[in-house]
Amino acid sequence: MFRRQGERYVATLVVDEVRVLRKVATEVVGLLTDGFDHTDPVVGRLFPEVYPDDSAGTAEFRKYTEGDLKTGKIDQAGAILAALPDSAGGEVQLDAEAAEAWLRGLNDARLAMGVRLEIKDGTDLGAELDEAVAADPSSSRVFQLSVYAYLGYLQESLLNAMLD
Amino acid sequence: MGGMAAPQVAPVETPDTEEVPVSDRPWVTIVWDDPVNLMSYVTWVFQKLFGYSRERAEKLMLDVHHKGRAVVSTGARERMEHDAAQLHAYGLWATVERS
Repeated sequence: MFRRQGERYVATLVVDEVRVLRKVATEVVGLLTDGFDHTDPVVGRLFPEVYPDDSAGTAEFRKYTEGDLKTGKIDQAGAILAALPDSAGGEVQLDAEAAEAWLRGLNDARLAMGVRLEIKDGTDLGAELDEAVAADPSSSRVFQLSVYAYLGYLQESLLNAMLD
Repeated sequence: MGGMAAPQVAPVETPDTEEVPVSDRPWVTIVWDDPVNLMSYVTWVFQKLFGYSRERAEKLMLDVHHKGRAVVSTGARERMEHDAAQLHAYGLWATVERS
């Protein structure tokens, strides 16, 4: 988890954390490049309809804003990849600019996973995880829920360090 | 919220021209509640983007959380679209409409 160290935000990550972060950041980049599709609910959440009752207005808005928005989100995911230790675990050190990019990039990854996992208001992550483990401890849902919970803790710890 | 009409006190001869025409009403940016964004993160975004105090940003975040949506800025349409685009960049679910 992140802590403040002078002007920097520092976290020591074990190898599994590095792998997970690399995987989710890479998936976000993939979603925004090769697989970009407005009918995908994840893309719909990351690029909301600005006028829910006016598709022409929304299309016009997207024409002028979507390129920058997409580039920004790819850069945020890229900032996560760039700061990760090479392969094994190790220390991540972020300056203020990289910390903000991480915060936003982690948020994008959580939004994407939240849609796929069908997280709702009031979803009890612990209970969901128990249920998934009971059904099949080796299922992808168990893994995805754990990653989702982990990203939330990591994002919160970074924000707390920034507000410290 | 109460839906009861207030007692009709306006005299019937009140000219219609005092009503603000639709085209003159300002636009608003609305942020909607979503189950993923952390409350602390939403508060931080409001402070960062709009320069609101921590108290004001927190109150706004709680409005979004409890009421499902809140108006976060008001003004010209282009300005609201700019705000919505910024909010989208931070992952908040924002829309624009007439107030």
